[in-house]
Amino acid sequence: MLSNLGNILLFGSIFITLSIIYFAYQNLKEKNILIGKNLVYLSFFQITFIIASFLLLIFAFVFSDFSLLAVYQNSHTAKPIFYKIAGVWGNHEGSLLLWVNIMVIFSFLFFLFNYKLKKSYSLYTLLIQNILILGFLVFLISNSNPFFKILPIPSEGLGLNPILQDPALAIHPPLLYLGFVGSSIYFSAAMAAILSNSNGKNFASSIKIWVLISWSFQSLGIIVGSIWAYYELGWGGFWFWDPVENASLIPWFCMTALAHSVLVLEKRNYLYNWVLILSIITFISSVTGTFLVRSGILNSVHTFANDPARGMYILIFLSLMIFFSFIIFFKRKINDNFYLEPISKETFILGNNWFMMFYLATVFIGTIYPIFTQVLYDTKISVGPPFYNSVIAPIIIPFLIMMAIGPKIRWIKQKYNDYKSLIFILILSCVINFLIFTFLKSYNLLSNLIIISSLFLIIHSLKDFIINSKTKSYYNLPSFLSHTGFGILMLFIILNHNYSREYDLNIKVGEAKKIDNIEIKFENLKIEKRDNYNVIIGNFNILDLKKNYQKNLNPEIRIYDNPQTLTFESAIKTNLKQDLYLTMSNIDGSDFYNVKFQIKPFMLWIWFAAFLTASGALLRTFLKK
Amino acid sequence: MKNKFIIIFFYIFFIEPSAAEVNNLESKIFKNLRCIVCQGQSIAESNSDFAQTVKIVVRDKIDQGDNEKEIYEFLAEKYGEWIIYKPKFNYINSLLWFSPYIVLVFGGLLIFKYLRREKH
Amino acid sequence: MKISFLKIISISLVAFALLVFFLALNTDKRYSTEKIVGKSVDNFEIIFLNNDEVFKKQDLSNDKFHLLNIWASWCLPCKKEHSILMALKKENNLKIIGINFKDKKLNANNFLRELGNPYDFSLSDKDGTKTILFGVYGIPESILIDKKHKIISKFIGPLDVNDYEDILQLVNEK
Repeated sequence: MLSNLGNILLFGSIFITLSIIYFAYQNLKEKNILIGKNLVYLSFFQITFIIASFLLLIFAFVFSDFSLLAVYQNSHTAKPIFYKIAGVWGNHEGSLLLWVNIMVIFSFLFFLFNYKLKKSYSLYTLLIQNILILGFLVFLISNSNPFFKILPIPSEGLGLNPILQDPALAIHPPLLYLGFVGSSIYFSAAMAAILSNSNGKNFASSIKIWVLISWSFQSLGIIVGSIWAYYELGWGGFWFWDPVENASLIPWFCMTALAHSVLVLEKRNYLYNWVLILSIITFISSVTGTFLVRSGILNSVHTFANDPARGMYILIFLSLMIFFSFIIFFKRKINDNFYLEPISKETFILGNNWFMMFYLATVFIGTIYPIFTQVLYDTKISVGPPFYNSVIAPIIIPFLIMMAIGPKIRWIKQKYNDYKSLIFILILSCVINFLIFTFLKSYNLLSNLIIISSLFLIIHSLKDFIINSKTKSYYNLPSFLSHTGFGILMLFIILNHNYSREYDLNIKVGEAKKIDNIEIKFENLKIEKRDNYNVIIGNFNILDLKKNYQKNLNPEIRIYDNPQTLTFESAIKTNLKQDLYLTMSNIDGSDFYNVKFQIKPFMLWIWFAAFLTASGALLRTFLKK
Repeated sequence: MKNKFIIIFFYIFFIEPSAAEVNNLESKIFKNLRCIVCQGQSIAESNSDFAQTVKIVVRDKIDQGDNEKEIYEFLAEKYGEWIIYKPKFNYINSLLWFSPYIVLVFGGLLIFKYLRREKH
Repeated sequence: MKISFLKIISISLVAFALLVFFLALNTDKRYSTEKIVGKSVDNFEIIFLNNDEVFKKQDLSNDKFHLLNIWASWCLPCKKEHSILMALKKENNLKIIGINFKDKKLNANNFLRELGNPYDFSLSDKDGTKTILFGVYGIPESILIDKKHKIISKFIGPLDVNDYEDILQLVNEK
């Protein structure tokens, strides 16, 4: 019943999408200046149908309708309702439906907001976006249908992987999808701008807000994902340069570059070609990332169920998309003739794009290189954190410095003569860096330089902001928040990286071990029964003999029934200065437990700085000029 | 005045390396090894049986006086390059190491092309 | 002119990447340590299961093949392959060396008493560090070594009838 209704809604959506494509095309050929009313109605129907199908799937998950394969495989009656809903997008089929939903919603809103713009531009955007929607709808129905039936109807579901039953992970996919699926709209708009011969400035101002929105959500999605990894995986880290993480980072680099260069196009009508290229590759890189993740050609922490047919479909779709966007782009006559003054905002923004493309290239090549060596040389290699750290970290230094100076530089041309304050801030940063290192006692040249440059960025932004606020011009507030936030983020990541301490020991109940000046005592073990799992709770007492503090930590080993899984929950004590992080795991065939105790400084500051960075763009979205 | 600054600068940059660096060798190696029976974890992060064993072997090798490179070579010979997170620089991996910098240089040249030169 | 040069480069790079992706979809991505095959056995010293003597590389015979079998009493698939090992025991040209892996001596001996002992030499690797030399990461694994002490084949997971045939064939060649 539910399955039939869902299928009707999906087929209905396909039909409506096809009609939109047809009528948009017809409407384009007509001389009439106005956009046909029928397209507005159709768009409205489309969004209604697609949202209804999504709500229907949520309904099926909430009421555990196991006649649907997707519900059977990913849900369970005993699951809390929150995770029943989160289960909707915790699997391939449901997440693809969410994907299509976001494409449709963005299409609808963009159409609504830009209804009054040049007709051919709006219509081409609608047309292209709906071709993309059609592609994903066909994929959804032909090979990943969330409304697929099973007979006979099982009485109980298989359950959701407990490691995914976490509030952060429940909201992580929707946020991330709003980011990189949202980028489809400026892909379509870029194509439309070329096809309709639109003016660069108009194009820029119509996509600007969408770039900011998708950037904000992409950033939030990445942050929430990292928070999940930190709390749930129990490895003590928050970023592992895992292929799936990289797949979300690559579009983020594109969006960051775009969010800056679109300003140049809007203000100065320069860089039209470049902005078009960035708009196009943002969505292309999103789909490439999806291909890498869903086809299973990479090894990764978060693999979806793999199916070569799925990989093939996405890859063909991707190839066609690239092929046509190349043709359309190269057909356009290049008439970007301009020169930039070396010291101007334009140049600094190009500098930002330059670094972004470097980071993007590094992460992209690092992610796909193992595939190349596998196919071409039959050698399996790993490209992991040490590679990315060693390539990217040194190039962060000039980037931070530029980021500090850039916002203050004026458009077109400026004579820069503020060297005095520049040197003063640099020296101040060095002194603070010196204090940090004498206080914490450890040394590394690269870290020093990064700390100095991030301090430089923070102090410089603060100074600029204070000067600006005297004139009461708060328009720079968003970029101030983002830039300062990023500086703080880099500062604390490096400090955290350098001053994390880690102790690995095997210990029995009742035992105490002393390492350095820290005593770890394994007080006792408790076994409890909870809602949908059993749990072993360890009770540890941490005593710092030097600083004289004492903390109690209670890590858990959870034994879930459906599906049967063991998970290891870390015990974390957070304060402003540091996190104490402890995980335990049983060692087979002995009374010993393997305990990993970590001291991770400034974790709270890292999260705070990351949110601060993301908040800038959100604020800009709502702030009027 | 200027000289003082230079002295301060050098002092800030070249504070003597602490002994911590030496102890870090062990954890640096652990972080650079993939736990091949786990999902995307390094030997340092994993508490699997395999990781525990590799840790013992690496510690033994360090005690025997093997250097970082020798340990990687030993493990790569047994388990393939797959076990090492930072691919070594060789013919096959040369593009991996070079191409980011090619992009960097190329991008820099491209921007330079668009800068207005001084008028003569 | 320069633009078309850029065009060609970017198009061919993208086409190449897509082609590799297509090829990658159909390649086997499973991990194995078969790279070790073809290499000579490293020097090793492993103690016996039931006494403190040491078995070294030099103790390998020069006119027989050897099958290194890594097993444990707690490992279920090891039980499954045991009959194959018992059958291989009859093979004159082959000596079987069992390396007991991260196991308790008592359990290991009980296991052999119950199911029979296929091993010409029973060795023990209590902490798993010795078998790293053979690229072992999960048991059971078996390694076939020729008369010149070169590794000629590696079997990951329990031996089955096909593996049995393969081993016989390899051992009786020439």
